Amino acid sequence: MATEVTTEKSDIELGEYKYGFRDPTDKYVFKSRKGLDAEVVQQISEMKGEPDWMRQFRLQALEVFFQKPMPQWGGDLSHLDFQDIYYYVKASDRQGKTWDEVPEEIRKTYDRLGIPEAEKKYLAGVKAQYESEVVYGSLRKELSQRGVIFTDTDSAVRDYPDLVREYFGTVIPPSDNKFAALNSAVWSGGSFIYVPPGVHIEFPLQAYFRINVENMGQFERTLIIVDEGASVHYVEGCTAPIYRSESLHSAVVEIVVKRGARCRYSTIQNWSNNVYNLVTKRAVAYADSLMEWVDGNLGSKVTMKYPAIYLMEPGARGETLSIAFANKGQHQDAGAKMVHCAPHTSSRIISKSISKGGGRSSYRGLVKVVRGARRCKSNVVCDALILDPQSRSDTYPYIEVEEDDVRIEHEASVSKIAEEQLLYLMSRGLTETEASSMIVTGFVEPLVKELPMEYAVEMNRLIELQMEGSVG
Amino acid sequence: MTSVLRIEDLHVSVEGKSILKGVNLEIKQGEIHALMGPNGSGKSTLAYTLIGHPKYEVTRGKIELDGKDLRDLDASQRARLGLFLAFQYPVTVPGVKVADFLRHAVSNVRNPDRKDGEPLISMREFRKELRQCMSELGLEPEFARRYLNDGFSGGEKKRMEILQLAMLRPRFAILDETDSGLDSDAVKVVSEGVNRLAGPNMGVLIITHHERLREFNRPHFTHVMLAGRIVETGDASLAHELHENGYAGVRARHPEVAAEENAEEGAMAASA
Repeated sequence: MATEVTTEKSDIELGEYKYGFRDPTDKYVFKSRKGLDAEVVQQISEMKGEPDWMRQFRLQALEVFFQKPMPQWGGDLSHLDFQDIYYYVKASDRQGKTWDEVPEEIRKTYDRLGIPEAEKKYLAGVKAQYESEVVYGSLRKELSQRGVIFTDTDSAVRDYPDLVREYFGTVIPPSDNKFAALNSAVWSGGSFIYVPPGVHIEFPLQAYFRINVENMGQFERTLIIVDEGASVHYVEGCTAPIYRSESLHSAVVEIVVKRGARCRYSTIQNWSNNVYNLVTKRAVAYADSLMEWVDGNLGSKVTMKYPAIYLMEPGARGETLSIAFANKGQHQDAGAKMVHCAPHTSSRIISKSISKGGGRSSYRGLVKVVRGARRCKSNVVCDALILDPQSRSDTYPYIEVEEDDVRIEHEASVSKIAEEQLLYLMSRGLTETEASSMIVTGFVEPLVKELPMEYAVEMNRLIELQMEGSVG
Repeated sequence: MTSVLRIEDLHVSVEGKSILKGVNLEIKQGEIHALMGPNGSGKSTLAYTLIGHPKYEVTRGKIELDGKDLRDLDASQRARLGLFLAFQYPVTVPGVKVADFLRHAVSNVRNPDRKDGEPLISMREFRKELRQCMSELGLEPEFARRYLNDGFSGGEKKRMEILQLAMLRPRFAILDETDSGLDSDAVKVVSEGVNRLAGPNMGVLIITHHERLREFNRPHFTHVMLAGRIVETGDASLAHELHENGYAGVRARHPEVAAEENAEEGAMAASA
């Protein structure tokens, strides 16, 4: 059993990343050996005591992963070494139902991140994932009494096998892409949510993902089923310490939004700048339903993430609001996919990106209308703000329309921080830093105001941190 | 002590093109000055130069506030010293709420040594004052929650400028065509606002083509600008003459400057 202690002196503080602290790892209960093969996958499955179908699913996915080539587009993944990663790390041998049951070191981490505090104030339920496993879970009692399930995906495989088996891997099959295959082989943790017909969950459910150990791969697997006429808002946040070498976060999120249901999924990704964040997120939306992705990407080294919505039946609506902030050494390759599979479906993509300090942000989006999907509407708006001449922004919009009777709109704009706006604010006594920070905050405001208040505050604070010392 | 804003032999270029060619002007706290002149004579250039627009390059001469040279100060520092410009074309800043912006501005201008990240003026005190100022200018409370100049009508933008003037209480205020594009009721609201604010503690420079703003805010001095210079200074009767007869009389009295003005126009026409 390999339990390494990584307490080397931190001489590599990069900027003001607030969540870069790390915890000792000497009390970890299990860590797989570095690298990936069928044995490691078998071991993960065994540790979890999984049924045979899931073990088979993993092993088949692993084959797919080995066969698929690395993507040659998007971010630069050439430094990503799959054999230099721990695929499964278990820090605690049980999951707490109260914070007191969570091992002290880990609990302290979440305290520092402010999770228990937020839970008391405004969340309907919380899952906290630390390394590979969920270490804490809660759900308000009245929701569980009404049949809402909010648990980690490992427990769901054990406790709700029929429900999981019906949907797991149906929205995103392992063959979808190399990283979906990787996740399918080594997945651990993640959230499983089922909202019964007609149940509206007023407060958000939240998951918080934390990587602590170096060279860690976190592969959570989330599955959300919103049954007919039900609604839910799910929020996730992510952070990691700052290490010399890279970590990998490669999640799969599958969502099924049934007739008349609504689902909103909000993410604030704030990984440290050495995490490869390669995530596949997809929802299928049925008749008269609404699926919304609100996606904020501030951290990571490379992010490749294009939340997708398949509009399966008439009246389905999809909306993606995405924001990317690429700072020094970062490449945010983010966007959205909307696939209109049925007539009378509509979609909207709003993407805002900010590039600063030599950072690069790319919008990559697909709007697809299949033959027969008449009277579809889609509206795409991309705005990019570039703060200095070293930084870069690109737009890659793909539009594939196999039907004539549709309305597709695409607007893209790129602006530098406007000299006139800066002067105007500075002429009222704001410093250049305050003024540019205010302009950037205003730029992303349409997205931030869609977040729950506490997240909006956090988002603005993170942006201010990114802007500090940016000028002059 | 009465503050003095002194402009001496000021030459200014924009993108290599010389616009101001030796402006001299002195404004004391408590005085109201009107600056008139045909389009393109350099009035707005003077305004932008005074507040430190980086595009306007001072090639000769100086601007002093109580003997302190402003040359190396940026717009923020000048605002903190008490300079204010009500913009002719206020700039839209989407997503930034009027109240948030103003609270920052007020905090910095009232506490010029405030550093980034230090506490802002208390919310309670600020709100109370903002509400008061807004009601005096006939602005609805919801105005404070709107995005700065975003979707504002022409009249709202001008009132927004006066609101900022009222909250920032500068020592010297420049009003650049604050009356343009307004109907007479709106001019009255704006003028009354300026009248309330102007007093022994504020020097005002009103840039205008029109008689109207001056009717309400009677200037102590009227200046006429032609081809980048102030060619005449007088009292209310000069303003009256300009209103009656336009700039013909001024041009006749200053044939060399008028010729320069014509030459420039000819060059512009030829290059157009």
